[in-house]
Amino acid sequence: MTLPLFSTTEDPGPDFAGLIRRLQVPLHPTMGMPSGGAASGGMPGGSAGGAEFRHGTTVVALRFADGIVMAGDRRATEGHAIAHRAMQKVFPADRYSAVAIAGAAGPAVEMVRLFQTQLEHYEKVEGVVLSLEGKANQLSQMVREHLPLAMQGLAVVPLFAGYDVTRGTGRIFTYDVTGGHYEETEHNATGSGGRDARTTIKLGYRADMARDEAVELAIEALYEAADEDSATGGPDLIRGIYPLVATVTAEGFEAVPEDEVAERFASLIERRRSEGRQP
Amino acid sequence: MTMPYYVAPEQVMKDRAEYAQKGIARGRSLVATVYDQGIAIVADNPSRTLHKISEIYDRIAFAGVGKYNEFDQLRVSGIRHADTKGYAYSREDVDARSLANLYAQYLGQVFTHEMKPLEVEILVAELGTGTHPNQLYHIAYEGTITDEDRYAVLGGETEAIAERLEERWTQGWSLAEALRAAVDALAGPDRTLTGGDLEVAVLTNGNGRRTFRRLIDDELQALLG
Repeated sequence: MTLPLFSTTEDPGPDFAGLIRRLQVPLHPTMGMPSGGAASGGMPGGSAGGAEFRHGTTVVALRFADGIVMAGDRRATEGHAIAHRAMQKVFPADRYSAVAIAGAAGPAVEMVRLFQTQLEHYEKVEGVVLSLEGKANQLSQMVREHLPLAMQGLAVVPLFAGYDVTRGTGRIFTYDVTGGHYEETEHNATGSGGRDARTTIKLGYRADMARDEAVELAIEALYEAADEDSATGGPDLIRGIYPLVATVTAEGFEAVPEDEVAERFASLIERRRSEGRQP
Repeated sequence: MTMPYYVAPEQVMKDRAEYAQKGIARGRSLVATVYDQGIAIVADNPSRTLHKISEIYDRIAFAGVGKYNEFDQLRVSGIRHADTKGYAYSREDVDARSLANLYAQYLGQVFTHEMKPLEVEILVAELGTGTHPNQLYHIAYEGTITDEDRYAVLGGETEAIAERLEERWTQGWSLAEALRAAVDALAGPDRTLTGGDLEVAVLTNGNGRRTFRRLIDDELQALLG
């Protein structure tokens, strides 16, 4: 390795993706095949190359009074088989934002890694943090560059949310495979169980909820999604594996402790039983 | 046809060294020292935005004195090296020693082969872990690299500053003690430096993964007393 120095006309600036392209580090998801293989949360039963993608995942994000809550299940599927039971789908992007992924696991995890590095790289080189809008745009470019692979069946659809320090509010951005990104006012969910999760959130959502209510609603949404969608994992009480929940507020990214998540699932099931409803 | 003048290689090197030293001595100095919770770096720098000290990676900081554009280019290339390495391998595989070696090679290369040497002196500091001690790599304009485990002084008047610091240096001193000693050493007997004249940053555990942190405004004032 030598010191990466560039002439002024070749300099990639604070762009990390541009840097590794110039240095020809063969890891970028758009350069060659994705490195993670296709152990995927995508396409239950579907073959790569088909036009119809389904993503075996449910990730949700919703706004509350102090910021946003993001949550995701832990199951990864390979066709109809379960490939992984404890996959991480919710990640901190940087101090004030979080990203969740749905779709082909290999390229998706790789995209998150690149995105995290990109944000930190920008911050260190420039000495200032990107705006939340700027971060959302960066992710958009990565999804757009991934489009050729998405057309071959390895789609990656992230969900991005964070706390906008200048506006003092939480914001949520959703994406499509072409890299289009759209700001949501309240909440959204993506992945194969996204529809069920969205319905649950829509019924329970109120403006300016407290943190606990928002976490509870996210958990309920994942519970309903796992109930309806085979590619979404519910709380695994036997192995003690629970969905990942995180909040981003003015204090930054904070994972909700696993004990709290477990307890909330247990009380959700208990409550429904006692109300005479199906758990 | 005119004959080129013969200049002895000793003379060429001497001239270059003198040129670089002059450039560095014109700027203000910088002190880095180990304290009980990590590493503190203190620079005599009144600017709030043009930094001499910055973050390279999780446990690595960079500091430079001399010509701003030259050490800033080195700073950016250090971040690029570290981020690329961490992305290609793993975050644990990024270490200060290999980065310091790259800097030393580059500075040495420029010193011997280019018309003009770089008028910079740089420091690569790495916060230790349980098994590795704190490390300060001091790299001079001609590529000489030295590693220190107590303190390092960069810039002009280094001998006088180091002497003043040596007098006060104690093993395992606190951040406040270390900062006051460093500031007094930088200021010397005839000047006083206040918070506004200083750029201060630390590498310390307790911030999570990224250990670099700037000390500014009230926090710095409180420490300086």
